[in-house]
Amino acid sequence: MSTLLEIFKSMEYGPAPEAPDAVKAWLDEHGRKFGLFINNEWVMPKGAKFYPSVNPSNGELLAETTQAGQKEVDAAVGAARSAFGTWSKTPGVARARYLYAIARNIQKHHRLLAVLESMDNGKPIRESRDIDVPLLARHFYYYAGWAQLMETELRDYQPVGVVGQIIPWNFPLLMLAWKIAPAIAMGNTVILKPASYTRLSALLFAEIVAEAGLPAGVVNVITGSSKAGSMIVTHPDVDKIAFTGSTDVGRILRQQTAGSGKKLSLELGGKSPFVVFDDADLDGAVEGVVDAIWFNQGQVCCAGSRLIVQENVAAKFIQKLKARMEKMRVGDPLDKCIDMGAIVDQSQWDTIDGWVKTGIAEGGECYQPNIPLPENGLFYKPTLITGLDPAAATVQEEIFGPVLVSLTFRTPSEAIELANNTRYGLAASVWSDNINLALDVASKIKAGSVWVNCTNLFDGAAGFGGYRESGFGREGGKEGLFEYVRPIWMERPRPEFTVDSKWGEHTPTFPSQPTTGRANGHSLPPIDRTPKMYIGGKQVRPDGAYTTTILGAKGKIVGQVGDGNRKDIREAVEAAHKAHLSKPGWAMRHGFNRSQILYFIAENLDARNAEFVKRIVEMTGRTQKSAGAEVDAAVERLFSYAAWADKYGGTVQETTLRGITVAVNEPMGVIGIACPDEMPLLGFVSLMAPAIARGNTVVMIPSQKYPLSAMDFYQVLDTSDVPGGVVNIVTGDRDHLVKTLVQHEDVDSVWYFGSAEGSYHVENESAANMKRTWVGYGLPRDWMDREQGEGHEFLHESTQVKNIWVPTGE
Amino acid sequence: MTSQNALIHSARNPGMPLDLDWVMGAHVNKSAVERRVESLPKRRTVKKEWQAAWLLRAVTCIDLTTLAGDDTPGRVKRLCAKAKQPVRADMLSRMGLDGEKVAVGAVCVYPNRVHDAVEALRGSSIPVASVATGFPAGQTPLPQRIGEIEQAVEAGAREIDVVIARNYVLTGDWKSMYDELKQFRSACGDAHMKTILGTGDLGTLKQVYQASLVAMMAGSDFIKTSTGKESVNATLEFSLVMTRAIRDYLERFGYKVGFKPAGGISSAKQAMAWQSLMKEELGDEWLMPDLFRIGASSLLTDIERQLYHYITGHYAAKHHMPMG
Repeated sequence: MSTLLEIFKSMEYGPAPEAPDAVKAWLDEHGRKFGLFINNEWVMPKGAKFYPSVNPSNGELLAETTQAGQKEVDAAVGAARSAFGTWSKTPGVARARYLYAIARNIQKHHRLLAVLESMDNGKPIRESRDIDVPLLARHFYYYAGWAQLMETELRDYQPVGVVGQIIPWNFPLLMLAWKIAPAIAMGNTVILKPASYTRLSALLFAEIVAEAGLPAGVVNVITGSSKAGSMIVTHPDVDKIAFTGSTDVGRILRQQTAGSGKKLSLELGGKSPFVVFDDADLDGAVEGVVDAIWFNQGQVCCAGSRLIVQENVAAKFIQKLKARMEKMRVGDPLDKCIDMGAIVDQSQWDTIDGWVKTGIAEGGECYQPNIPLPENGLFYKPTLITGLDPAAATVQEEIFGPVLVSLTFRTPSEAIELANNTRYGLAASVWSDNINLALDVASKIKAGSVWVNCTNLFDGAAGFGGYRESGFGREGGKEGLFEYVRPIWMERPRPEFTVDSKWGEHTPTFPSQPTTGRANGHSLPPIDRTPKMYIGGKQVRPDGAYTTTILGAKGKIVGQVGDGNRKDIREAVEAAHKAHLSKPGWAMRHGFNRSQILYFIAENLDARNAEFVKRIVEMTGRTQKSAGAEVDAAVERLFSYAAWADKYGGTVQETTLRGITVAVNEPMGVIGIACPDEMPLLGFVSLMAPAIARGNTVVMIPSQKYPLSAMDFYQVLDTSDVPGGVVNIVTGDRDHLVKTLVQHEDVDSVWYFGSAEGSYHVENESAANMKRTWVGYGLPRDWMDREQGEGHEFLHESTQVKNIWVPTGE
Repeated sequence: MTSQNALIHSARNPGMPLDLDWVMGAHVNKSAVERRVESLPKRRTVKKEWQAAWLLRAVTCIDLTTLAGDDTPGRVKRLCAKAKQPVRADMLSRMGLDGEKVAVGAVCVYPNRVHDAVEALRGSSIPVASVATGFPAGQTPLPQRIGEIEQAVEAGAREIDVVIARNYVLTGDWKSMYDELKQFRSACGDAHMKTILGTGDLGTLKQVYQASLVAMMAGSDFIKTSTGKESVNATLEFSLVMTRAIRDYLERFGYKVGFKPAGGISSAKQAMAWQSLMKEELGDEWLMPDLFRIGASSLLTDIERQLYHYITGHYAAKHHMPMG
């Protein structure tokens, strides 16, 4: 122990601990044993098994919590279902008051929540006190506002129902807020399962919610292993799953919910780039790195873990960074004079250490500052690995710890390429004092959050979520609401199907025998048309050189189409990508240009109205009037999306940042679309038009039964100035083709309006690269109806939201 | 660009030729600066004996200042007495600092009061600092401004707090600013030159950084934020930018330049925030009076009260602390 005089001379820091007394008293009050929180009551199952909650900074057992089984999960779902009846009908203004009360109550118990969070998770008290808990309250305030406004501002939507929410251990309280606040604001009820390592703050939160007077059953908290998680996910009476966690678990959840009609949102891993240009404030950027990778010991899904520095300042920047690392302080999470606390668990510590060893084995140079660590507890030094190549596993894989890898670049385009050289797309940070450069790079990095000259900023008013394998769905902002509502006309899909392991397999076709209407030899036969695919703006013969004959309603041959195969899909996807690369790429064109093209398509379709009507009648046997209505609706729909082409760009978010936070609705990229059999023209147009209006390029699989309208349609496209590759059409066996699309790693989203079974397969297969999907579960949709056949739902599926944060001030 | 650091010198900063490329290539991002100073005082705090020790150290860094129209010989004498014994002897004793010399860093006055202060401090090693060069606005003809320095030095001031002509910064006339400061430095002779940037008058943080570089290249021993007379005085934002300039200058040329925030620092808590800033951005040497001063008048009383609380566990009354 230093004397005052010694400190006066050395000017060392000393311990500055936050007192744990209140938390200990709370734990004691519960006998250090917790049951499950169901219906606003503690439920202790008979013969319950327990799981220890340990303080990772000192190994101290804090309490034991219950491992829920099927019976308890059923009870929680039952409680939520029963509460849903009244909660969903509680007026928004009343729900708003509950959320407001929760927010207030969080603030009243601010310190208790923060101290408990730090003790259970190991994060510094500064972070839990100044970041996690304030954001927790902020989210409830923000969504209290949307509850207030739902009936007027979201009048076309209804709550989803009972929601299962599974959250990770890195931000137990914050993740809980991101999940619960929008869900209950929109009238859903919730079963929350906190992560095994960090269960306690969710249990305290449950009491705080109950104290705030929330009706029983609206929020239920159950603790348990991943088995309990699976029970929630697969429970038939759960209508939606929201998950934050690893990409691997996300994949399993995607598969477990496939075809069930449950909504799903996933916020998964990342390997986010931190790009520093030579005209950045380098000292500012160094502090940015501290916030990016040493926030929460680097156990952050959006951690800026890949430093990408311009080569001409790289040496200087790394030197500054290393000097800064020497000033880092690692220690007791409750100490108010530290930067980093403890790693959550030994297994995570081992994983991190393993990655550092891998990085060194891969040729990286490892730098760790010469700073002391506490003798006991799970502490890890801030770590920098330089000299690695983009191919190194340490550069590609998420480490989830305080480990930064660094690369260099020469030009802005190379920086963008390196930033995007990842299967993830959660966040990015861009540092430059040149606004043109910074915003250009921000617009080109594929990530859900881009922070310009800042990093790891969060707010209730801005959405957060990933591109690519970082998941789908957004949390925060207005965009976060759509995970918890469904259109008012739509019921919860409960598709029924049996799974055929041969799904998507296909034997090429051969000539069909028409049953009637064979040419009799007396009249002049029509000129034969060779069936083609439409790929890259050109009519091309099917790769396999097989042909499907299409019989009309009366068994008469009405035409032929190519029988597409995997290679046709491959070519179509290539062409769709090329359409983004040509200058200007389809997504880079302005909305006005795209709208002009859509109007032109409508004009040309209308000019051939009679021909399309005739074709529909021939194929489907529907009346002239019905077919006429379909063609007219298709023309109208094109007009609608011509209108939307320059009216869905995004919004300015009212976050707490001084500056501008912009939510940009970016195109998905390349979308594969399998069209419904009903309304062969209108179904096709209703899906193609929103996708291309919002800057996507598409691979269309027309109705398998009635493909000829789509084939006629490419002549309309050809005459309407649609650049080659924006719309590609591949005919053939729908499920066979869509299987290739959904398995294609370079397709960003797949829409499927085929069977219930096909919907299952599409969702299940999409897990391979976590692509976004939109499926119809084989349920009917009235394409003629504007509410069901066009509008926000279609635009929502055509876009992904990127929030760009730009602080201002000179 | 090199990443090699210059050799570190122990000598006084002699100044360097004006490097305009360096000045013009500066980048300071305001929002990044703000975030750093917002989080720093929450990342670093000292408690108990550490706090007491740090506050005592802060006392030794205070430039105990009176710069008022009603300053008289008597007022200066009283201030100097406080400077020599800033913390009650009984309190020092109870903190285990018997016999330890705890005095303020300097006493800072107007040129006309230098003589009074020198007399009052005779026998102590506490230097007298004088403001000069048309303090606070610097809008006086150059010969007079230089004359002020010479007179203050003549009267026994060992430190001269000069003000820059802010118009040079605002018009980007770095050469003129540099040339003037060179003349000031020359007039100071052996007295240390503490250059006041008047940061509250400058337009941007980038200008604060640029002005800091120019002031150091012109041979400043210290760079100082404010006169105390601008509408915005010492802030952590200005200070962070200036300390980073000091660090960059050290890395490039190997000379250590001191830092002095002044104006508006009146609480012990603020003083500790500045100390953390110095320790984190520059290092422990910049916590000592050779390289760190705080220009303040009422800060000392608040520190005394905090020390009293540390010793007794009771909150102190202001009137129990001897007046300065």
